[in-house]
Amino acid sequence: MLQQLGGTAAALVSGRAWGEAVTTLPLPGGPGERVLTDAFPQKGRMVLQRTRPPMLETPFEVFDQGVFTPNDRFFVRWHWAVIPTEINVDTYSVAVHGHVNSPLTLSLKQILDLPSVELAAVNQCSGNSRGFFQPRVAGGEWANGAMGNAKWMGVRLKDVLDRAGVKAGAQRVRFAGLDDPVVDSAPKFMKSLDIDHARDGEVMIAYAMNGQQLPLLNGFPLRLIVPGWYSTYWVKMLNSIEVLDGPDENFWTKIAYTIPDTPGANIKPGETGVKMVPINRLVPRSFVTNLRDGDVIHPGVSTAVRGIAFGGSTGVKAVELSTDGGASWKPTDLGADEGKYGFRQWSTSLTAPAGDLTMMVRCTNNDGLAQPATPNWNPSGFMRNVIETTRLGAA
Amino acid sequence: MTNFFNSLGFTGSIAKAAIFAGVSIAVGLGGVVAAQPGQTASAPQTHAPGSPLVLKSVSVELPTSDRTFPEGPGSEEINNNCLACHSAGMVLNQPAMPEAAWASEVHKMVSTYKAPVSDEDAATIIAYLTRLKGAP
Repeated sequence: MLQQLGGTAAALVSGRAWGEAVTTLPLPGGPGERVLTDAFPQKGRMVLQRTRPPMLETPFEVFDQGVFTPNDRFFVRWHWAVIPTEINVDTYSVAVHGHVNSPLTLSLKQILDLPSVELAAVNQCSGNSRGFFQPRVAGGEWANGAMGNAKWMGVRLKDVLDRAGVKAGAQRVRFAGLDDPVVDSAPKFMKSLDIDHARDGEVMIAYAMNGQQLPLLNGFPLRLIVPGWYSTYWVKMLNSIEVLDGPDENFWTKIAYTIPDTPGANIKPGETGVKMVPINRLVPRSFVTNLRDGDVIHPGVSTAVRGIAFGGSTGVKAVELSTDGGASWKPTDLGADEGKYGFRQWSTSLTAPAGDLTMMVRCTNNDGLAQPATPNWNPSGFMRNVIETTRLGAA
Repeated sequence: MTNFFNSLGFTGSIAKAAIFAGVSIAVGLGGVVAAQPGQTASAPQTHAPGSPLVLKSVSVELPTSDRTFPEGPGSEEINNNCLACHSAGMVLNQPAMPEAAWASEVHKMVSTYKAPVSDEDAATIIAYLTRLKGAP
C-alpha cells in the first residue's frame, strides 16, 4: 500500500503540466484526449471518462495481455454519485423480498455458505464504443475499453430465490444496490430480469472476480452476473432482490437502456416511431490487440496477428481475417476455450507485400450470428459490433 | 479551462484502500455440494472445494473533481447547477451536437433525473453548451 501511495504521489508532480499522462482515443470529430488516471482506489491506470460518478475505461493494450482482464484494470461505470466508500463484511446483507413465501435477509456469511459456482463471462457496457458512432450521440464517449472478462465466483441466484420461495405468478426479479442518486426524488438505479431468466441457474451473485474479492468500484462485495447480457443488468453492491408479480415499471428497465427492436438495434439517424425494447443479449465482437491503426510491418515477412473475440450470448464459432476489404476471409486459430461467455484469444500470421494493408477481423458465434460489415446506429449509441478494421503499412 | 491537476481534485483524494482489522470473514468452500442434477454443460461449474476466499471489509476514498466549465456567458449557471450531481469531464468529452440535442440532454437531467434547475437557468445552460459544443 505504501508503495502504491508513493507511486500515486509521484504521478502528481511530474510530467505534462501537473503530471497526468494523457491518451487520445480515435473518436471521429473528437474530442479524443483523456487523462490516464491512477487516482482511483484499487484500480491501476485507467482512461478517465468521468471522475464523479466514476467512469473509467480500460486502456486497450490491456486486452493483449490475456483473456482475463485484471481486476485493477477492469472498466468502471456508475450512474449515481452517492456510492458507499466503506463496506463492512460483518454487517452487509441482502434482502430477498416481494412476491416470495419467506422474505429473507441474508448476511454475506450466509451467501458464502451456499453452493459455490464459477464461470467466465464478458461484462460489456451497452454503450461500449459509443464514441465511434456517426453521427455522434450523447453519452459516455467510450472507445472500445468499456468491456472486460473475468472468472466470476459466487452463488446461483436460483438457489437464493429458492430459499425465499418464489410465489406462483411471479413475473420479474428486480435488483438494486447501495448506490443512490444525489437528488432524493431521482429514480434509484434498479434493473430486472424475467423470472425464468433469473432462475435459469446461470445468473449468479458473485463475491469473487478472478479469484479475489471485487474492487469496490466494480461492485464489492456482491455483484449480479448475467452471462451473455449487457452490463447494465450486472447490478453492483447488490443488496436488494425483489420478486415482482407484475411488469417492472421502473425507469431504468422500462425507458432507459432500450434499443430499437430491429436487427442489430439498427435504425437510420432521425428515424422515429420505432418499437423500443430493453437491451438484452450481447452480440459477437472481435478485435486485433497486438497491432494498431498506423503500425508498419515488414513486407514479405510473416507477421503474427492476434486478438480477442467473444460470441456474446453463446460461444465463439470462428474468427476470420480479411486483407482484401472483406472479399475473402481466412480462418484464424482459436486459443483455449475458458467458457462460452468469455473472451477467446485468436491468432494467425500474415505476409504482405509493400504498401498499405487493411486488415478486418470477424467473429461468428455458435448461433451463426456474425459481426456486420456496416456499423449499426441508434440514438443511445448501444450495441456497436461492426467488423473492426485496422489500417497498416508494410514497408 | 482549469488544468488537469485541479480537474481531478487531488486534494485529499489519494487513493487508499484500508482494510479494517479483525472484521474479515473466512470463507470455507470445503463444504460445497456437487453439481445439481439437471445442470447443463453451460451452467456455472461448481467450484472445486478447498480454495478458501476471505472477504475483507473495505474503506476507500474516491477522488473528487474541482474542474469547472470554461468561463463564458452561462458558465456560472452550468457550474452552479450541474456539478452537484456529476463532474464536468463527461460533458466536456461530448462531441459537437446540435442545439436540439443539448436541449434534450438538459431537459432529461431536469425532468427525468430531477435536477433542480430553473427554466431560466436551463435555457442559459443549453445556450452555453451550444456555444461551447454546438453543431449544425
